[in-house]
Amino acid sequence: MHRFANPARFVRLARPLTAWFGWSGIALLAIALAGGLVFTPPDYLQGDTVRIMYIHIPSAWLGMAGWGGIAAASFAQLVWRHPLAHVAARACAVPGAVYAAVCLITGSIWGRPTWGTWWEWDGRLTSMLILFFLYLAYIALAQAVGREEGGQKIAAIFGLVGAINLPIIHFSVLWWRTLHQGESIGLTGSTIDNRILWPIPISVAGFSLIFLCVVLMRMRTLLADAKVEARLRRMASS
Amino acid sequence: MSATLDAWPFVIAAYAVTVTATVGLLGLSLAALRRAEGRADALDRQGKT
Repeated sequence: MHRFANPARFVRLARPLTAWFGWSGIALLAIALAGGLVFTPPDYLQGDTVRIMYIHIPSAWLGMAGWGGIAAASFAQLVWRHPLAHVAARACAVPGAVYAAVCLITGSIWGRPTWGTWWEWDGRLTSMLILFFLYLAYIALAQAVGREEGGQKIAAIFGLVGAINLPIIHFSVLWWRTLHQGESIGLTGSTIDNRILWPIPISVAGFSLIFLCVVLMRMRTLLADAKVEARLRRMASS
Repeated sequence: MSATLDAWPFVIAAYAVTVTATVGLLGLSLAALRRAEGRADALDRQGKT
């Protein structure tokens, strides 16, 4: 992992990967969304509203995976002092917050015709809303501390502590039985019929590749900004 | 599902939110990257001359 600690080497690798992740993500999304909107049958109970699942599940996954990325990068920053770890954590925050918000909004839109309400203070919904607020707090904190090492450490600790919310979100449907349905897709199988299920993994893969593309773009932006700042400082002092 | 509600306006609204957020995220990130790398390249050129 420390092979990529050199920002110039990282950028050389990230440049082609950014385009590759972006275009392959868009291609997979086109297939998944066409499948979800046109080629899958409506659900026998929910009718066509079930099609919201093809965007709601990937956005929920990315909302949580984004914070997983922040926590992993924060761990690498605190334990191994990896020089790119803080940049990676910061780069995950905005796309993670966007997809947490998309998850909340699409869930609310799905809830209205299915449950008869836009919002319920249900365990899953509330813990997801808390995740969104954690993202906002992390973004504000990371922005405020900038490149100051002590401040970056505080942001990393916040990133690790915030990860406590991830298992709460995951297990919320088991701990508190309220409106949100239980787990329908697990590691070993699914309760969803295959004719409706097949676009979900394609959609999750497509959105994940786009997320990675955005993270790489944001990492490159932060590194370029740092390079400009360092150069200007050197010029000012000489 | 409530029999009085048509599903498609909800489906279209959900897809519109997601597509707008994704396109916006990609577009804004790309614009910020181009600006930042453009500034860095300009300083590089300035340093060489």
